[in-house]
Amino acid sequence: MNARECPPRKDGYDKVRGRARYVADLGRADVLHACTIRTRLPGGRVAAVHWGPEVAWAEYVVVTGDDIPGRNCVQMITDDQPALVKDRFRHAGEPVVLLAHPDRRALAQAAAAVRIEEEPGAGPVFDIDAALARAADGTVFQEYELRKGDAAKAAAEIEWRGTYVTGAQEHLYIEPQGMVACYQDGTLIIEGSMQCPYYVQAAVAVATGLPAGSVRIRPCATGGAFGGKEEYPSHIAIHAALLALKAPGRSVSLIYDRAEDMAVTPKRHPSRSIVRLGADRHGRLRFMDIDFVIDGGAYVTLSPVVLSRGVIHAAGPYRCPHVRVRGRAVATNHPPFGAFRGFGAPQSIFALECAMDDLARHLGVSPVELRARNLLGDGDVSPAGQRVEGIDMPGILRRALAHSAYDERQKACRAWNAREKRSRRGLGIATFYHGAGFTGNGERHLASRAGLRVRAEGTVEILCSNTEMGQGMQTTLAQIVADALTIPYDWVQVAVADTGDVPNSGPTVASRTCMVVGRILEQAAADVLERLRAQGGLPVPHDPQAFAQGCARFHAACGPLVCMSEYVAPASAWNEATFQGAPYGSFAWACYVAEVEVDLVTYAVTVRDFFALQEVGRIVHPVVAAGQIEGGIAQGIGFALTEKVVFGADGVMANNRVTNYILPTSADLPPIRVVFEQNGQGAGPRGATGIGELPMDGPAPAIVNAINAALGIALSGVPVLPEDVMAAIEGAKGGRHAIAL
Amino acid sequence: MRLRCSVNGRRLAETVCPADRLLDYLRARGCTSVKEGCGEGECGACAVLLNGRLVNSCLVPLAHAEDADVLTVEGLPDDDPLSGHFVFEGGTQCGMCTPGMVLAAHALLAECPRPDRARMQEALAGNLCRCTGFEGIYRAIARAAAP
Amino acid sequence: MSGRWWRPRDLACALRIRAQEPAVCVAGATDLMAGGWDPAGSYLDLSALAALAGIRETEAGIEIGALVTCTALGRHAVIRARLPLLAQSAAATGSRAIQNRATLGGNVMNASPAADNPPVLLAYGAQVRLASERGLRSLPYEEFHTGYKTTACAADEIVHSFLVPVPDAGSHQYFRKVGTRRAQAISKVTLALAGQAGREGLCVRIGLASVGPVPVLARTAAAVLRAGRTAACTRERLQEALQADIAPQDDIRSTRLYRDRVAFNLLKEALCGFPTWSDAF
Repeated sequence: MNARECPPRKDGYDKVRGRARYVADLGRADVLHACTIRTRLPGGRVAAVHWGPEVAWAEYVVVTGDDIPGRNCVQMITDDQPALVKDRFRHAGEPVVLLAHPDRRALAQAAAAVRIEEEPGAGPVFDIDAALARAADGTVFQEYELRKGDAAKAAAEIEWRGTYVTGAQEHLYIEPQGMVACYQDGTLIIEGSMQCPYYVQAAVAVATGLPAGSVRIRPCATGGAFGGKEEYPSHIAIHAALLALKAPGRSVSLIYDRAEDMAVTPKRHPSRSIVRLGADRHGRLRFMDIDFVIDGGAYVTLSPVVLSRGVIHAAGPYRCPHVRVRGRAVATNHPPFGAFRGFGAPQSIFALECAMDDLARHLGVSPVELRARNLLGDGDVSPAGQRVEGIDMPGILRRALAHSAYDERQKACRAWNAREKRSRRGLGIATFYHGAGFTGNGERHLASRAGLRVRAEGTVEILCSNTEMGQGMQTTLAQIVADALTIPYDWVQVAVADTGDVPNSGPTVASRTCMVVGRILEQAAADVLERLRAQGGLPVPHDPQAFAQGCARFHAACGPLVCMSEYVAPASAWNEATFQGAPYGSFAWACYVAEVEVDLVTYAVTVRDFFALQEVGRIVHPVVAAGQIEGGIAQGIGFALTEKVVFGADGVMANNRVTNYILPTSADLPPIRVVFEQNGQGAGPRGATGIGELPMDGPAPAIVNAINAALGIALSGVPVLPEDVMAAIEGAKGGRHAIAL
Repeated sequence: MRLRCSVNGRRLAETVCPADRLLDYLRARGCTSVKEGCGEGECGACAVLLNGRLVNSCLVPLAHAEDADVLTVEGLPDDDPLSGHFVFEGGTQCGMCTPGMVLAAHALLAECPRPDRARMQEALAGNLCRCTGFEGIYRAIARAAAP
Repeated sequence: MSGRWWRPRDLACALRIRAQEPAVCVAGATDLMAGGWDPAGSYLDLSALAALAGIRETEAGIEIGALVTCTALGRHAVIRARLPLLAQSAAATGSRAIQNRATLGGNVMNASPAADNPPVLLAYGAQVRLASERGLRSLPYEEFHTGYKTTACAADEIVHSFLVPVPDAGSHQYFRKVGTRRAQAISKVTLALAGQAGREGLCVRIGLASVGPVPVLARTAAAVLRAGRTAACTRERLQEALQADIAPQDDIRSTRLYRDRVAFNLLKEALCGFPTWSDAF
């Protein structure tokens, strides 16, 4: 790796030196601290709000649903979620009253003096099966079907049917969410932690009734997000804005503490999949019939798009003539579930990859062999009906096994299990792909714009609305632009994604920044060169010095140089009705291998080694790319083994403390070994594709498959806690998979 | 109480409430590298060195900082090699855990100049990182430990 | 109303305040500050008392001051050599940053049934020494915890130190904490065992955490083991005995069933260290 491939992260020194400014560091003088008073029942009506007489309310800024100048909703796909509850509500933890005061202690005293009188609604529903049982009442938010061939009528010699479940997952970004708002001279300025400044702007404009141009959103350093700061920042920004509108000229700081953040912000959608697989006796898939349901929580929020991604990934990178995936998002009385790295795909891929191992056992072939016979290769047609080009998934599987010394380790595991009494070892794999960018025609609808501002001395600012939340976008986009302009990396910076300054290049989600926005910026860079050649006398070819001279000439002659470019949609189309066509700009492809050890004294599972091979088109920054994979795998290991959201009787996360929601620590994580392949065929800059979400998909199924292999049991859900392993071992004792202890 | 202590080599003396948190005290004095992630000693984002020992500043009452030397990353030398390795090796992503992590790594290297992976795993277990999977952090420490 | 924070430098002064003021005792402050401390509350900060510091070897055993931190316990050469389980439990308490602050006295006085060091103190048959203006008294540690979060420490007393007898050479010792993860975890079950094979059966003490409202000394199981490995001491009898000793519950971290089963598994694993029980697991 040389310095050109691996320049220092743009945000690196500020972060290690503690200089990066997060929302809690803004330190405005004269700030008003704010808090939120919420419902306690899982649905019902607010009958009255009682204000304690001991509080001097005139000292406080108080906002209720009556103080909303615009529409009382948080604008998202549908606008069903109120910004503040006035009457009916659907879950515990909905905001009703907002308070602000300069003194935190006084604020806490007033918050304790507000009593919301609630009348309970109809019996709450907290799980998918109960929600489906009452689905006649219109509680299915969204339903999709992917159809290829006719899976319902297809027959096969061997069939497998299994039910697979995944739990909610909390993002636990280390920085809790927060916003600071100030209304002055007719403009509302909101700073904070977020992924999508233009989502926030639109939602605040709708709720405040202000024109979008009067609402300026300025992201500060965002301390981790992982999808968790896609939709919820709009809520906090609206709340801070409503308070700020009643206290013109004052900054209102609404920053959640950890317990509130964990209790009310969205988590990964829990899911339940029923997977039917049919194969011929040679192990060739004949049909896949999958019923995939996610729990949307109490409001629609992003569930339809999470569902569509889950549905498209549900049938995996396999060749199969008859495929049907029915997907539904159902309503329950939990706080809404939302975006989390992978966005529905980790859930449906978990189900299929575990089912593939179950089918292999049923067929009497190895999980490797079953996959090798069915993985997509060059020229095959995917479950979404897309012809696959330039990809050899069986080769990826083969190389992953070779790199990870799969066969030797398999032998070592067997020897270990024959010798040792107190633990069992096993290997598991998962083969999968992940589409980058918005699903289907989403990018077409987004019509993102991004651009470059070129200064007279030759330095360049990237203008886009994507935010740096740790994924390294400032670094990778700067590299892409520096490459395209043939200038030093140091000359390129990403401008603050201030909606008053940058165009709308879409949200920072879906592995799209590098691939989609990077591609737009490449085009903008080409436009810059063209204009500099035409009007700045830039020679062909040029070196950095000539570029700087060209910029100086251009500025002298024509003034500032700003080039904006737009997303250009590919010719391929997506059929929303049948879910057939080209669902994504491009895919990343992978085979992951997990080795686990199960302690038979404590039933605890340790991942001993994790190997990840992926085809990613092209790598922009090797260290940043490896960091995405390593970190995503760590989150996937947590999703698989420790991260259980425990819901209380009110449907709200009950273990909403860092001490009770179990993240893997350094001591819990195995060596994570990452290998990239680069075929240069991604839809992004010079053949790159998005990779941020991919690593979330593979760990859970690979690990559960490894546990099942180690113990000869059939776990089918995550997270797998030691308590679950114990129950599975007990259940298996004396049965088909008896374990000699 | 009258608190006398040294923060990053700067001597401070002022009247404070002894039960107040060292975390808030440091942040109010400009050390915003000290982050509040959980407020209950679980995440390590507020970790500082108190008399050379790693502590969670959210759990330290100011009474216990009396006559103490406090070090935050603002007090590290500008050319601190470990910090540079964190930048180049992928030791930082979102940056929230980073200052505490850098100090935990310094504390480790002070007692064990060439830590192996197991030693690093043990030493950093109180500093949660949600972004990196720790591999970049280990690479940075290994680079700093190399001769 | 603003609170009080006393930080006396000498023991007599501390005991006088303790006798007169209803203040919460503070040592390393980790539990206090994590548990939602009240800036307006009254606290007696013992952290500056030299009399409560240090580790000394005596005829009767090793004396450990209440203010000795988990880090000091985990690293102290004498503790590591002669009370290795205590070095292990201290190193398993919270994270490094916690161990640098948390004290043995605080861990015991906070009286969490999930605390990591009490099972070891129980297994070693430690004495806890309580100081007050009335004097210094010694109490078998197994009598210290009287109920959920209640102790035998009187309102005018503070935990002064521990006297831990050193197990005989050749004794078998075992400690294992089963937490919610491998490090920086709260225990789901912890078991410490120390003792040796006698002429008939085993002479052991077994301490457990997270299996009831208080740290548990498993007397019934120890009695069964004392009988020797005969018809009276089968695996089943032992399991019943252990179940009689403990009263685990379902909570946010684990289940009664799991704790029951794993406590017994840990005991079996511990017993594997004795030749007569080498097949225990």
